[in-house]
Amino acid sequence: MSITLNDVRKDYDSQTAVLKNVSAKIETGEFFVIVGPSGCGKSTLLRMIAGLTPITAGEIKIDDTVVNDLPPKARKLTMVFQNYALFPFLSVWDNVAFGLKARKLATDDINARVKEALKMVNLTKLAKRKPRELSGGQRQRVALARAVASDAKICLMDEPLSNLDAQLRIKMRQEIYALQRKLGLTLIYVTHDQVEAMTMADHIMVLNDRHVQQIGTPSDIYQNPRNAFVAKFFGTPQINILPAKRSEENSHIVNVSSDLQIVLDEEAPSANLQIGIRPDDMQVKRADGVESNAVVKNTEFLGDETIVYATLNSGSDIHVVLPGKADFRSYEPIRVTANANLMFFDPDGKRIDLSKEAYVHA
Amino acid sequence: MLKSPASNPTAGVHSADTQAKIEASEKTFSLNAKDKYYAWLFLGPSLLILGVFIFYPMFRTLYLSLFLTNTVGKPTVFVGLQNYVNLLTSADYLNSLLVTMVYVLGVTAATIVLGLLLANLASKQLAGIGIFRTLFSATMGVSVSVAAIFWLFIFNPSTGFLALMSTWLHLPVIPWLTNSTWAMIAVIITTVWMNLGFTFLILFGAIQSVPRTLYEAASIEGASSRFQFFHITIPSISPTLFFVSIVTLIEGFKSFGLIDLMTKGGPTNATNMLVYRIYKDAFYSGNFSQASAESLILTVIIALFTLLQFKVLEKRVNY
Amino acid sequence: MDVVAKPKFGKNFGSYVLLTILALIVLAPFFIGLWTSFLPTMQIAKGNFLSTDLSFQNYIDAFTQTPILHYLGNSLVISTVTMFAQLLFCSMSAYAFVFLDFKYKRALFVLVLATMMLPFEAEIIPNFSTVKAMGLLNSYSALVVPFLTSAFGIFMLRQSFKQMPVELKEAADIEGLGHLQFYWKIVMPYNRIPLITLGAYSFLGAWNQYLWPMLTTFSNAYRPVQNGLRQLQSEETFNDWGMIQATAAIVVIPTLVVLFVGQHYFKSGANEGAVK
Repeated sequence: MSITLNDVRKDYDSQTAVLKNVSAKIETGEFFVIVGPSGCGKSTLLRMIAGLTPITAGEIKIDDTVVNDLPPKARKLTMVFQNYALFPFLSVWDNVAFGLKARKLATDDINARVKEALKMVNLTKLAKRKPRELSGGQRQRVALARAVASDAKICLMDEPLSNLDAQLRIKMRQEIYALQRKLGLTLIYVTHDQVEAMTMADHIMVLNDRHVQQIGTPSDIYQNPRNAFVAKFFGTPQINILPAKRSEENSHIVNVSSDLQIVLDEEAPSANLQIGIRPDDMQVKRADGVESNAVVKNTEFLGDETIVYATLNSGSDIHVVLPGKADFRSYEPIRVTANANLMFFDPDGKRIDLSKEAYVHA
Repeated sequence: MLKSPASNPTAGVHSADTQAKIEASEKTFSLNAKDKYYAWLFLGPSLLILGVFIFYPMFRTLYLSLFLTNTVGKPTVFVGLQNYVNLLTSADYLNSLLVTMVYVLGVTAATIVLGLLLANLASKQLAGIGIFRTLFSATMGVSVSVAAIFWLFIFNPSTGFLALMSTWLHLPVIPWLTNSTWAMIAVIITTVWMNLGFTFLILFGAIQSVPRTLYEAASIEGASSRFQFFHITIPSISPTLFFVSIVTLIEGFKSFGLIDLMTKGGPTNATNMLVYRIYKDAFYSGNFSQASAESLILTVIIALFTLLQFKVLEKRVNY
Repeated sequence: MDVVAKPKFGKNFGSYVLLTILALIVLAPFFIGLWTSFLPTMQIAKGNFLSTDLSFQNYIDAFTQTPILHYLGNSLVISTVTMFAQLLFCSMSAYAFVFLDFKYKRALFVLVLATMMLPFEAEIIPNFSTVKAMGLLNSYSALVVPFLTSAFGIFMLRQSFKQMPVELKEAADIEGLGHLQFYWKIVMPYNRIPLITLGAYSFLGAWNQYLWPMLTTFSNAYRPVQNGLRQLQSEETFNDWGMIQATAAIVVIPTLVVLFVGQHYFKSGANEGAVK
């Protein structure tokens, strides 16, 4: 089942909008991730799709039916909550069976479905336990089993992994992905974690500041962010965003202070720009006082790579990822260069498409 | 929509559609459109009972207190505040107010001090301490008439336990219950004993919930257990302490059973407290209007303390 | 941990002595009452407190010559009915205040809170007339009807209901549970512990009623145990101490047993809750 959002809007207290102009098309069987910082309205959007929160304006369609005015039950979907919303007084089995009983399915059917769902999430042996007798990961699986047991083909998940530790999160991420593919669910998944979004999504919707920033595939969003916010949100460590000015002598030349110089194929469109450079698109080497354009602050060795934190002579902080081990001491003068894989943003952070043939001098 | 369906037969399909949409939107806008019916269903019984047996009587009491009443409690002559004036100028009533105050303050102070002592001792990490915790809370299971019977025997001037003890030890026998001062003390002792189990449990719970690390940190600094009690325990449980004090105060003002069972307000009105007076004036003397005025004064006193209690609750509930 | 600061035995010994003395003082009235309940009244009257002439005669007399069992039965009926009624009506009201959306919700809640300020003891005059007009005097109903609900109970349950995770309601909405189902299938079982606490509180409250039953019941058929004991104490020759103590013991022993057993229960319940 597909879901269409048409110019959806949500106001609280009649005036203040929490979400505006949200439009998207989520295809049948798609893993769709809504991502954004906390407070961006992503959970609200999910609750509006579920029917738990009424929308102020716009249209939500499931397949070809407008569901704006349908109660949650009639929308035929399931939801997995951040705190799992397990009923503490019911056993694992009864928790999974709960929704099926509420929908008055036949007992045989319920038993078959619960059994199948528990098997699928490897909880068959724990069916009689109460939620408090389970570990965090097991509780998470019960919540998943609830969604699996339902015949609903749309599943909404609200930060389902944020209460788990890092190891378990990776494991559950894979399990959720496998389940979604196996059952052919249309899955809408809300998270603040860009890694989850990148690793699982077919399409990502980036929300910030009440608006949709961008919708696209993970690689599209990483490589072609529509603005500085999206560029910064994806990728660890974060992209370097540096203020730059068009050279007064040559409008094809853009300078990051006197530290970096970029030669463009075309004229720079405005006097002030921002330049985005991914940390692994930069190089560093030792340099003497004359050649150097930056000073090392500190380095972090991560095993397979090293992050060098440095300050450009102009005062901007940057970080560079180098493969393997790199030995730099604090306060050591260095020379930083970048390859041509750059992004340009206007002073408001909006992406400017400039020719990729840019050439970088140091 | 203003047109009747008959005048516009061709619009049938369309208007049915619109109609369905409107109905649906009323259903969701929001999920809780039907809530008001449920509200009546869920709240109705409680509101009815509270209205009939708590609210109405308060206004009725106020009304009666402004009249003279006949012997069956029907108002006869409007007298305004005369009943109140009579009460507040009557030495007898002022005495009742005074003895009630003495009783309430005595009971509260003693209950809190003893409850704290027991709770603090029971919080020590000792083997078998659980038995003491259970024993200290035992008086919670005692009802007012049982307590009265136990203590009436203990205080009995001829064959009572304390009288026997005094005789054995060749001490003068204390005239419990027959002397004004001692009667008050006897009633206070009995009340404190009854209160102790509950107060102990609440204060013990509060002490248990003080983070152990506070005590550990203090021990490392070399603070004595006495210092810890006054500088960690007391401040940490002060909201509970205040709460329990007010509950004890309020219950004290409402005391009736023990008075009726042990002293009947005597000797010579020495324990003739507010509720006992109301009962006597209304159901013995048939002076319903005066008893109503007394009731209202009692209500005001208790309402004030309850408001104070709400202030504490509010803090506790909302952190 | 004890390795670091092993308390000295002397210090502990002092604590034990103090604890024992205090326990003896607190329990003394029980011991004295229980002891005398086994003594013949003759011996008590003579001051022979340490007489060894012990027997169950007082208990036999109490059971056969007084309606003490009937009083206990009355109290049991009244307290049980009051408890279940309060659990039902208080939880329903609390549900309305937490999960329903309606006009004047806040005002009504303040009104309910306000009733907590009004002592029942100060309202006995009109309430007596009301109950009399309803024809309920000298019946179980007179003792139950005014206490079918409690503002305190409503307030207490509202606080617990409010602490339930919102997601439970949302999960129920997605499954299409109505208010009645959500109330009965989720809210009530979820709040077992506060409901048990309120139940205990209202049962004890009804059990310990004194003034109101004294006003509204005048026959042993409906008289609850508190007023029954008063009745015995005033009816019987005032000095039959042995039997009076026996009746008091008959009343208090079950409550003590319930309390001790219940405390164990509560403790394990609390532990379960803590582990989560």
